[in-house]
Amino acid sequence: MNAPLFKFGLFGDEFSLVVAFLIGIGFGFFLERAGFGSARKLTDQFYLKDMAVFRVMFTAIVTAMLGLFYLGWLGWVDLSLVYVSPTFLWPQVAGGLLLGVGFVVGGYCPGTSLVALATGKLDALAFVAGIFAGIFAIGEAWPAISGFAESSALGRLTLPEVLHLPAGLVVLLVVLMAVGGFWGAAALERRFAGRGAGEGS
Amino acid sequence: MSSLSKPARRGPAPYTNPYLAGIGLGLVLLASFVVMGRGLGASGAFSSACAVAVDALAPAHAQANPFWKEYLESGVGHPLKEWLVFEVLGVLAGGFLSGLLAGRVRRTVEKGPRISTGGRFAFAFVGGALMGIGAKLGRGCTSGQALTGGALLSAGGWAFMLMVFAGGYGAAWFLRRQWQ
Repeated sequence: MNAPLFKFGLFGDEFSLVVAFLIGIGFGFFLERAGFGSARKLTDQFYLKDMAVFRVMFTAIVTAMLGLFYLGWLGWVDLSLVYVSPTFLWPQVAGGLLLGVGFVVGGYCPGTSLVALATGKLDALAFVAGIFAGIFAIGEAWPAISGFAESSALGRLTLPEVLHLPAGLVVLLVVLMAVGGFWGAAALERRFAGRGAGEGS
Repeated sequence: MSSLSKPARRGPAPYTNPYLAGIGLGLVLLASFVVMGRGLGASGAFSSACAVAVDALAPAHAQANPFWKEYLESGVGHPLKEWLVFEVLGVLAGGFLSGLLAGRVRRTVEKGPRISTGGRFAFAFVGGALMGIGAKLGRGCTSGQALTGGALLSAGGWAFMLMVFAGGYGAAWFLRRQWQ
């Protein structure tokens, strides 16, 4: 098998949009199944009451990472043809912080807000309007802030390269970290479940 | 009103076990890598739509800004015939399908017990705006950077993900009255 299939010309640009729609259906379906169309379910992660966000996210990361690593090792997928978004370290650190704050202020992230909207949450409509406002603002400001926003451009950079470790070892470390995190998440939930704001300390 | 004519309606179905949902999500992401050679995303589709709106209102202005221009030049012949735009339409459809099957599609406002509906809308809008700005600085959101970048062991993706959790936990205390 020669994969990624699209990169080997198995189908063209027009059909890739059909694939996009189908993959999106799967994405939205499992986000909703997990309960991520609910802002309260999502934000409970940050009050240590329900760590479903961490569990779903890291199970998905480990599943896709192990699958891709294994298929690459078998020679079925050319890993160099899988697009890794280039690293812009400091802008991404700042962007991640803003996104994390926005998550707790707004209750969703862009993907989950769409699932919430699709299942009738009116607050998600306000959130989506906010996303457009934020993108419009930073798009207009981009020429003025590009000095920072395009700084620390490190290109395609992966953790094995940063840590000078074999990819297989980093994959193993991520799996161990996830399993340790799942164990810790259960312990935190036992401690914080049922606790409201202002109670206890 | 129709409660007498219908059998007692069961409540919404419980959510799927998070590990099972995570495996499902991971297999969708893996399928995207294998079939397309790229991962999932969400915020990019908002940018494409925003760029098209700016271009419709002020074409010369949009073309003069490299940020909008880049989105206007992508896509299969039209900036909205873009991979992430179609993927996001699928997310809406898939979310609706799952919600429908589970009896969870209902017009409602999700909020904590102590905040008004108007207050919740205001917070949702501000949070969305922070997300829009953060996602552009971060070159993606929870889908494109944390999930996809995480699985690809991208250095920027992992830095971004750690900061999302740091920002969320850092802000949680200040916003506890909104949610708890």
